[in-house]
Amino acid sequence: MTVLLDKARQRQTRVTGVILISIALLLALFLAPDATGNATFRLSRPNDTWPVPNLVVPGGAFIYVVSAFTAFLGVRLFLRGGAKWAPLILGVGLAVAVAAFLVWATAGKSFSLTGMLQASLVRAVPIALGGLAGVLSERVAVVNIGIEGMLLAGAFTGALVGSLAGGLAGLAAAVAVGGVFGFALAALVVTYRMDQIIAGVFINLFVLGVTSYVSSQVFQEYRALNNAPVFRAIEIPILSDLPVIGPVFFNQNIFVYGAFILAALATYYLFHTRYGLRARAVGEHPRAADTLGINVYRTRYVNVTIAGMVAGFGGAWFTLGSVGRFDEGMTGGRGFIGLAAMIFGRWHPVGALLAALVFGFADSLQQKLALLGTPIPSEFLAMAPYIATIVVVAGVVGRARAPAADGKPYVKE
Amino acid sequence: MTSATEGRLLGRSQIEDLFIVPAFALVAALVIGAGVMLATGVTFSTIGQSYVALLRGSVGSVNAVSETLTAALPLVLAGLGLALGFRAGLFNIGAEGQIIMGGLAAVVAGVALGDLPAIFALPGALFAGALAGALYASIAGWLKAATGAHEVISTIMLNLISYRLLDYLLRTPLIQKEGRADPISKSVPDAAELPKLLTFIDINLRLHAGIFLTLAMVFVAYWLLFRSKLGFEFRASGENPVAARVAGMNAGLTIVLAMAIAGALAGLAGANQTLGVLDRATPGFSAGIGFDAIAVALLGRSHPVGVLFAGLLFGALEAGGRQMQVDAGVSIDLIGIIQSLVIVFIAAPLLMKTIFPWGFRRSDAP
Repeated sequence: MTVLLDKARQRQTRVTGVILISIALLLALFLAPDATGNATFRLSRPNDTWPVPNLVVPGGAFIYVVSAFTAFLGVRLFLRGGAKWAPLILGVGLAVAVAAFLVWATAGKSFSLTGMLQASLVRAVPIALGGLAGVLSERVAVVNIGIEGMLLAGAFTGALVGSLAGGLAGLAAAVAVGGVFGFALAALVVTYRMDQIIAGVFINLFVLGVTSYVSSQVFQEYRALNNAPVFRAIEIPILSDLPVIGPVFFNQNIFVYGAFILAALATYYLFHTRYGLRARAVGEHPRAADTLGINVYRTRYVNVTIAGMVAGFGGAWFTLGSVGRFDEGMTGGRGFIGLAAMIFGRWHPVGALLAALVFGFADSLQQKLALLGTPIPSEFLAMAPYIATIVVVAGVVGRARAPAADGKPYVKE
Repeated sequence: MTSATEGRLLGRSQIEDLFIVPAFALVAALVIGAGVMLATGVTFSTIGQSYVALLRGSVGSVNAVSETLTAALPLVLAGLGLALGFRAGLFNIGAEGQIIMGGLAAVVAGVALGDLPAIFALPGALFAGALAGALYASIAGWLKAATGAHEVISTIMLNLISYRLLDYLLRTPLIQKEGRADPISKSVPDAAELPKLLTFIDINLRLHAGIFLTLAMVFVAYWLLFRSKLGFEFRASGENPVAARVAGMNAGLTIVLAMAIAGALAGLAGANQTLGVLDRATPGFSAGIGFDAIAVALLGRSHPVGVLFAGLLFGALEAGGRQMQVDAGVSIDLIGIIQSLVIVFIAAPLLMKTIFPWGFRRSDAP
């Protein structure tokens, strides 16, 4: 078994190396000759309290340096192996490659880096909360493909109840409905022992069906039901005046703060409380947990329901946190990217949050690049987050270990 | 997913699996669908009217039957592919993307071969569709075999990528219709079209020769799964991957092949749409068929014959749903709710037993 694992690991390391080498070649052959002039990154806005000078980078030179560095990493990985560091090296390689790409796109122009980072954080929110919901349910060994549906349910409920009774009520209702679907998933897989992936697919299809039905049957006619207030950004005094960091981290709406707070709470819960320890025991070895007197079924119910509530909160971001209006299928695969973030983040709340920030960055990058007018067709830029997800899942999943009982139903003896 | 040992066409327990359970599931789903309509302020008489329209639009006339079959064909084709994957233990969500790639490739090949006689042009276009679907699906298979990337996530991402790729490719000069600024492909030449079959009754009947292709594929899938060595390896890997590997089967190759065959069938479903129904490729021409096909494969219990009937049922719901929207003004999205409920009732036998305690004499859940 270890031999098989080692072989797979070695092959995976090789694949990672080849990916890095190809990126280096792409950078050197296509981007570097094309990048003429300096890339100017604006860090401050005109009326900031403490202005910071712009960051100016020479285009071509920077990309050649990055290309050489990436190639070095790739060749080293390919020849020397070193599986232990491969994910980190891949991460570093991709990060500098993205920086080089950004420099290429900006060469000869100027570009607000702070604005993009701020947008990254905002766009990371539903992915982070989806990932967090994934962590909470997979830690008790329930695979949650239904996060996409739970996000969509939260978005829909937020818009509907928010239009009727105001933003806070909408938020509460979104969280509650997310919880209901979490509970439903738990009931299907724990009590009725349905295949976990089919149960998740069912939740996705059901929520998509119901929300699309109501939105075309009711919202078309009664537009007032789909016109919710939006939560404004809350400026945190003093901290929000800091250059770069201020606008990015301390001038956001409650969803962004909520994602950070929930990730912290989930970490504390999972790793520093007895209930978290029980939850993880149920995810690793339910039989042993059961023997020690832990109620496996109840633990799964509670945790998956909480996961649903987190996803419902994340779903409300789509309506109450951004446009105030529900559109059919508006979550657009964010729940699945959240699952990728969970894997990338190694089933750890903070890891999932950081991974979500990477995806949020890719998401806002493609949006801002469209504005910069690069010769790359917008469709390809729009693919970037999805391709990044595949690369990440292919690049790290073999090494990141899922909870041992993940996906397996537990039948009490 | 289900017990894969039975190879007979229809056994006793399979009759319960294939007909009785789905019948209960459908009734339960329709009842809940009526509840959803009530909750959104639809009156009782309109609910009755919509279910009558659902029936009339699916089997009530020659045109209705033709529409049901036309809608069922791609669902059966893609559903067969997914069923093969399920049997091999692969949960392929990527039929949607494979349909897009297959349908588009069939159009491109059809346009290129359009000057040849139909006997070359049509098979050529169909083959191109199957090949493109197979190659696109193999990406996910290869990623799983080589790196362990879970196929659920990689196929979902490939779906999302395929939408963008389609939008892009439809604007390239090779594919885009001459003189058009919007993303739309050239029309498929007559020689590469799947001929319409019922135009002698009414010129508007859309049923096309894809029905023969579909029936042939049901047979091929059945043979492949239960009568060939490859199918045995698929089922063995799906049932017990460790035992399959110990018995000397190449797990990686099995995964890639199962994905490729699933993708080829989904690609044929796409070709079926572009060559038989639409005559061109447009943005979003896959129209969610790949997702409905997941339900079809589950409903058919991953058995080719079951998939055929499940596809017919979903085709009927689709065709009837359109009639329902016209006659009763109830949104066709209701069909999505009904379909999802059918899945949950079928995939959770214990749930069905709880709801209908008197309905079943099944001794144990699969």
